[in-house]
Amino acid sequence: MIPIAYYVTVSTMMFVIGLVGILIRKNFLIILFSIELMLNAANINLVAFSNQYGEIDGQVISLFIITVAAAEAAVGLAIIIVLFRRKATTNVDELNLMKW
Amino acid sequence: MVEHAFFIYFATVTILSSIMTIGFRSPIYCTLALLSTLLHVAGLFVLLNAEFIAAIQIVVYAGAVLVLYLFVLMLLNLKKPEDFVHKQVWIALFFGVILLIEILIGLFKSPLFTKAPLAMTESVSELGNTAAIGFSLFTKYLLPFEVVGMILLGAVIGAMVLAKKVPTN
Repeated sequence: MIPIAYYVTVSTMMFVIGLVGILIRKNFLIILFSIELMLNAANINLVAFSNQYGEIDGQVISLFIITVAAAEAAVGLAIIIVLFRRKATTNVDELNLMKW
Repeated sequence: MVEHAFFIYFATVTILSSIMTIGFRSPIYCTLALLSTLLHVAGLFVLLNAEFIAAIQIVVYAGAVLVLYLFVLMLLNLKKPEDFVHKQVWIALFFGVILLIEILIGLFKSPLFTKAPLAMTESVSELGNTAAIGFSLFTKYLLPFEVVGMILLGAVIGAMVLAKKVPTN
């Protein structure tokens, strides 16, 4: 049996990688990928603790997270398509219309 | 022992391919690295006795969401950018590593390393994983389940309205 702390370590690393990805990348799509990474890290945590305490609730909630991630992907990609139609770029630095 | 070997494999490949996801220059390679990450996370779920979530991870994430991403990526037909990272990359990496170390220190001080997992509650071990999730979904979590349905409906309609071409006169 593997202690739960190792699963939490993996999930922490994935979360930090996703966070750094959001901060450093310029491409809008890669920023969405990083958000997916962070959501997946949360999923690992939920399922690991569900296994640790013998309750099914963590797995049910991770199912909800997967659903919300799918919805987020659909809306995010629609926004990307609209933006690309107007400005022909996915570089977030050039999308500064609402910057003060 | 076999379990440990599988865990080491899945964990290593998960971490490496999530680094690749944010590290590659070309968006297509990033997508494929994300695909590998999601598949190996599904492997971790199997090790955690969550077969249903593992199957959903593969079918929904790797099957549907990733194909959506790839489809849009091919539709946009991006060219390889010369500069793909911000100039704040070193600051971000520095604070990312600090955050990671901080969380890990807190984790290594916790009693999570020694505690053995509790046995699954009786209803779960009786019904099996999938049936237990279904049972929980339609009794205890019925309202959140319906709310998630509404979120999906809103997302579908929102995406369609957003991506529709406005007719110009």
